[in-house]
Amino acid sequence: MNKSIDQLARQAGEWLRGEGPMHEIVISTRIRLARNIAGFTFLTRADAEMRAEIADTIQAAVRKAKDLRGFTHVDVDQLDELGRNLLVERQLISRQHAEGSGARKVAFDPSEASSLMINEEDHLRIQVMRSGLQLEEAWKQINSIDDALEKHLEYAFHPQFGYLTTCPTNIGTGIRVSVMLHLPALRLTNEFERVGQAAKDMKLAVRGLFGEGTEALGDFFQVSNQITLGREETEIIDDFHHVVIPKIVEYEQAARAALLEKRLHALDDKLFRAIGTLQSARLMSSNEAMQYLSHVRMGLHTGRIKTIDLQTINELFIQTQPAHLQFLQGQRLTGEQRSIARASLIRARLSHN
Amino acid sequence: MGLCEHCKKAQATFHLTNITREGEKIERHLCERCAIEEGLVQVHKPNFNAEILENFIAAAKSSSSGDMDLLCDECGISYVEFRNQGLLGCPKDYDTFKELLLPLIERAHDGATHHIGKSPGSLGTTRTTQQEIRRLKRQLDEAVAAEDYERAAELRDRIADLETA
Repeated sequence: MNKSIDQLARQAGEWLRGEGPMHEIVISTRIRLARNIAGFTFLTRADAEMRAEIADTIQAAVRKAKDLRGFTHVDVDQLDELGRNLLVERQLISRQHAEGSGARKVAFDPSEASSLMINEEDHLRIQVMRSGLQLEEAWKQINSIDDALEKHLEYAFHPQFGYLTTCPTNIGTGIRVSVMLHLPALRLTNEFERVGQAAKDMKLAVRGLFGEGTEALGDFFQVSNQITLGREETEIIDDFHHVVIPKIVEYEQAARAALLEKRLHALDDKLFRAIGTLQSARLMSSNEAMQYLSHVRMGLHTGRIKTIDLQTINELFIQTQPAHLQFLQGQRLTGEQRSIARASLIRARLSHN
Repeated sequence: MGLCEHCKKAQATFHLTNITREGEKIERHLCERCAIEEGLVQVHKPNFNAEILENFIAAAKSSSSGDMDLLCDECGISYVEFRNQGLLGCPKDYDTFKELLLPLIERAHDGATHHIGKSPGSLGTTRTTQQEIRRLKRQLDEAVAAEDYERAAELRDRIADLETA
């Protein structure tokens, strides 16, 4: 196990604090910027030597850049699979970065609010995560990290196409805004299509989140922009802030209110069965844990459950993920061993409630 | 644990509950395969970008105008190679393959062909006049489409001011 990331598994990163505007429904806000360094080819045509040179160039810039000196640097290619998966579960790196090949790195700040993926699909992907809906704050922060790095790096930039990226779907601003939402009531009432429609109207993509291998369409969804060219960063962000997210939040709130008003027994039954199962089960899959924790989370926010604190639930969301479980246990586990360990961890955390 | 209620062969591993409008609870117990078939489960994709990329490659493959054998003298990638993987070889490709790429870029970015927004050295989001004009023109199109003629007139005047400045 890698020492520098071993400690991570014990805490729940900044973005999972369950705070911030609209935090009952908006889990987190993430912004990524794709950048490449002038004078190098893209990674598709870079040999091992050039990859290493690109990584070193960016790492040197990070070490010199204002306010980025406290970042932790990790060589992703030196980590074992478990260590890489841990970083994926914490959203510090993408699955693609974990499964890539050749020299690649990540640097992140102690609060894990910002991270820099080096040699992912592009030379550099800057990422900022915040708890709740904090688009403007996230933009301000990522913009200033980008400014600080730009003083030490020359980015590949084109007068017509803007920031140049390996894939033309990311050119222009290179920005990808993603908002993670918790929508249990919409799913329970089968009204989720409304969200899909709202997002589609604004040319945004919606996808499910969490889970290993195949995943049930859970209660967590991520809404992201697809268009990166021809619109300013702040315009792209504004669509989320003023149009799409408030609308989705409103739908979810209406669905919750309707459940509370008209179907209270059915709702309570679901919420309290979730607690019962979490407190009693001896084997629990990742998908199952996610589903029950999701219901408890809604129970807390609708005031139906008062005996469990939100922080515990937030921590369990991440600590019951496969790599986290194995780090906490200090050993590799098979699928069944994970189910046992997961059920046992949850029982221990919820036992005194 | 019970068997899948659909195929009645495999273990049911997906347990779903919905509440109908009447407050009735419907439980379903399915195996992974039947759950996927019914569209209740999605096969995990490695990441979000991969999905966009797949669509992009499909679009790239269906277009076949221009010189397919064109090579970039900087990185050596051919247009055909790009078309197959959806990824370019170096920044210069954007000029080398510009005419071939433009229709794809327009399709991927809702008709846009020019960057607006941050640029290196601008520190922040200071816009050049050209960028500002393009941005206002797009807003003008939107205002006209929405039949908001008051706003359209206002935007038209601002564009005229910038163009004569």
